Amino acid sequence: MGKFQIFTKGLIKENPTFVLLLGMCPTLGTTTSAINGLGMGVATMFVLIMSNVAISLIKNVVPDKVRIPAFIVVIAAFVTVVQLCMEAYTPDLYNALGVFIPLIVVNCIILGRAEAFASRNSVLDSALDGAGIGLGFTLSLTLLGVVREFLGSGAVFGIQLTGGGGILIFILAPGAFIALGYLIAIFNKLTAKLR
Amino acid sequence: MESTLKNMVLTLFIITFVSATAVGFVYQVTKGPIAEAKSAKITAAIALVLPEFDNDIGQTRHIENIDGGQVIVYTATNNGKVVGYAVETFTNKGFRGEIRLMVGFLPDGTINKVETVYHSETPGFGDKIERGRSDFSVQFEGQNPSDFKLAITKDGGDVDAITASTITSRAFVDAVERACRVFQSIKTAEGNKLKRF
Repeated sequence: MGKFQIFTKGLIKENPTFVLLLGMCPTLGTTTSAINGLGMGVATMFVLIMSNVAISLIKNVVPDKVRIPAFIVVIAAFVTVVQLCMEAYTPDLYNALGVFIPLIVVNCIILGRAEAFASRNSVLDSALDGAGIGLGFTLSLTLLGVVREFLGSGAVFGIQLTGGGGILIFILAPGAFIALGYLIAIFNKLTAKLR
Repeated sequence: MESTLKNMVLTLFIITFVSATAVGFVYQVTKGPIAEAKSAKITAAIALVLPEFDNDIGQTRHIENIDGGQVIVYTATNNGKVVGYAVETFTNKGFRGEIRLMVGFLPDGTINKVETVYHSETPGFGDKIERGRSDFSVQFEGQNPSDFKLAITKDGGDVDAITASTITSRAFVDAVERACRVFQSIKTAEGNKLKRF
């Protein structure tokens, strides 16, 4: 698989949100607004790239039986670093995302890519894989955030587009599932020919 | 690498050691900015609820332990004259838990402004306590607790509750009432201090 394909497969063919259906917890929980979805996606993408690179670097020196604990320590360390930096430099986003930031550790995408790809491929390929899947995740979350914010309050990225107010349910939990379900259906229908 | 006991222990030790060191390092670097971000948020809330002041308000921080929580009082002065008190108050009776407010008092006890500092109330319902979402918090401005009954109308008071958010409205009033109590006790203590001269 060429370098370019390794990167782009995370955007459509193996889109983590709409095709692989991984990382649903932060997807549903943090997309109440576009900026929150974008922030969560970027934080996760950073952790994904860094952990893929780190794990690819140590893949030959980690004994097979302690693979999982070793990967989790690495992932948790990067998440803690991201959390501290967000608390220090982006406090508003940090407060908005709240408990979902430390929950990045248990995001299935990260350990999943570590096991399925980073532990078996070169550092560069792992970095590209992380970047592609991370970017796919970020775009998906931002899209879902835009949809929910617009339908729920008439604004996008805080900019009010309609007179005000909206279909409140889209900011609450049930609306997250409804919006996500429709987006999955539409996405798969539109990209059927590409896959 | 082979999974012998020695290899496993050694690898895990090195990985956790390096990870912990890295996290510790980042913690040190971000300690300052994190403290600054937290105090900047409080200072911004204080500036919102009080008239202009020129003192280093953080230095006047005074903590009162009351009702199982902390109420914090800041004194604002302009050219040495007291222009107001900012009281960071709380309630645990919110629909979804704790609500923290910053209540600005003028020296005569009138409420200047109320700002919501923290809450997790329901979007579209309880979150209307936020300034931009409804006029609920605005009705307290300019009111003096001596002639404005701090209870919602349903409970015999003068406060207009948020439609369909009685619990949140009651909790908000509870927090404001707590702030008034603390303010009164501070004023009484100050008055007693002056009487001794």
